[in-house]
Amino acid sequence: MASSHIYAKRRIKNIVAMVLSVAATAIGLIFLAWILWETLSQGIAAIKPQLFTKITAYREEGGLANAMVGSLILNTLGILIATPIGVMAGTWLSEYSLRSRLGPIIRFLNDILLSAPSIVLGLFAYTIIVLPMKWATNGDITFSGFAGGIALALIALPVIVRTTDEMLRLVPSTLREAALSLGVPQWKLTVQILIRSARSGIVTGVLLALARISGETAPLLFTAFGNNFMTFNPLDKMPSLPQVIYEYTKDPSPDINTLAWAGAFVLTMFVLLLSLTARFAFSRSKVSHD
Amino acid sequence: MHASISLPVSPARQAEAARNARDARNDRVFGWVLKACALLVLASLIGAAASTLWGGSDAFRTFGWGFLTSDAWDPGNDRFGALVPVMGTVVTALIALLIAVPISFGIALFLTEIAPSWLRGPVSSAIELLAGIPSIIYGMWGLFIFAPFVAEHIKPWLMNTFSDAPPDGQISWLVQHVPWIAKFFSSDYPFFGAGVLTAGMVLAIMIIPFISSVMREVFQTVPTRLKESAYALGSSTWEVVWDIVLPYTRSAVIGGVFLGLGRALGETMAVAFVLGNTFKFTPSILETGSSIASTIANQFGEAEGLQKSALMALAFLLFVVTFIVLLIARLMLRQLGNREGR
Repeated sequence: MASSHIYAKRRIKNIVAMVLSVAATAIGLIFLAWILWETLSQGIAAIKPQLFTKITAYREEGGLANAMVGSLILNTLGILIATPIGVMAGTWLSEYSLRSRLGPIIRFLNDILLSAPSIVLGLFAYTIIVLPMKWATNGDITFSGFAGGIALALIALPVIVRTTDEMLRLVPSTLREAALSLGVPQWKLTVQILIRSARSGIVTGVLLALARISGETAPLLFTAFGNNFMTFNPLDKMPSLPQVIYEYTKDPSPDINTLAWAGAFVLTMFVLLLSLTARFAFSRSKVSHD
Repeated sequence: MHASISLPVSPARQAEAARNARDARNDRVFGWVLKACALLVLASLIGAAASTLWGGSDAFRTFGWGFLTSDAWDPGNDRFGALVPVMGTVVTALIALLIAVPISFGIALFLTEIAPSWLRGPVSSAIELLAGIPSIIYGMWGLFIFAPFVAEHIKPWLMNTFSDAPPDGQISWLVQHVPWIAKFFSSDYPFFGAGVLTAGMVLAIMIIPFISSVMREVFQTVPTRLKESAYALGSSTWEVVWDIVLPYTRSAVIGGVFLGLGRALGETMAVAFVLGNTFKFTPSILETGSSIASTIANQFGEAEGLQKSALMALAFLLFVVTFIVLLIARLMLRQLGNREGR
């Protein structure tokens, strides 16, 4: 009798745990569906052609064209700055740091930089770019698209460093040994063999970094600042989609809020498609070394 | 007898020696350039700390240690203290952890032990999709959708149960017998959804994918023979998870939780709208408040002089705290990596 009592208790405990676990998963999925549903339904309702043709200076009558162009420029700047530096730093970590004590330390700190608060990195870019430019030009140039690009590059950098490092370490060492035994210098081995064979993985890293910086708002508020007009000049104040969404969400006018939803829809679609592309088109299984 | 013999050096040899020297030089330069880039990672971390410390030095000098303990935030009179934003940051992050850790554990348990294998891929991709949504979208959703939901369904219930001024007028048994509990659930605006609790809940949804994916990954590293030995002795699924999987992965699970905490502390946009941005010191989680990141995002653009310095000082505090939290997280996670290798 006593032992059947224990069995029943254990079974009930197990069933309760299983039910709670399924419920937890359901909660996670419900919130995902809820957020995506609201973004889709509110966003699609607000989509109209002038969104892509008119600028934010017209307010309710306008669109988000300048913000989208600004976002494209800022993201391109960020990726163009971060990619060469990140790939080279990742290569150093994987290929050159074996006998260096600095290697493990930098790899460790890079992981911390990966989740560091983006707003602090924005303030760093403000201090090293916006303030010196202000002093150098007597206040003619303060906030600029260039400063925003630097801020975004600081956020993209650790993502690219990490994926490059990981992807290069997946390359079998026989490939290195074969090349070195033929007398190939190490720089040639790195550039022509290792990076080429890890290329699709590195591209994935760059796409993930792009997805990450496309949604960043906080560091742009006091680097690129924002602009109600269309600008292509990286030394000008530059608007961006997340920053306009931020301003338009705070706005008391419901019409402006509707525009914010439209921007949110465009941004979410862009970011999700980008990360899906990165995950599936260049999935890790495709990094082949045979 | 020992006349020096000069060996004839063939032109081919000479060319080879020159090429070797060139390759060696190129290799060295290449190595230096790569190392310089790697050092930039180090430089950006140190730079972020140094620039906020430098920017905040004015505020630190003016207020001294009092900056940490003062609850004043008065740009009109140039009096600033970090207490309210720091407390808002910590309390929202802790609420987020309280909600996100059990849910993430449930999700990881579901994905590693319960779900049929055809369901695992899609569900874990869906949960990771949550991590891909930009934080500004969480902020918008929080302000327009979730805060009204909280005001309508969650807050009235909490106030009826725990506060000494419930909307339905009946003070509950709990409040009558536990004297201090009402302090944490009081609110001057029962029908206003924004507040510390709402912000914590939005943060929880944001960090669930981070914590659950770490947990799922480390749960998968538990050797199958350990689990199967336990099953063979008659353990239930729950007993295997609680007595075998969790102890085996303890340090990495804690690392994952700290990783989520680091995210929650530094998050700006998700809380900027739903926190309310007020600077009144209150223990109530139903009242509005402010966090370090939301204060900086809201005020830095228009701030001048001492206020700007105070905001920089806040950023320095945030950076130091998240750095320590993430340091612990990575150390905990590294222990698991070491064991895997052995």
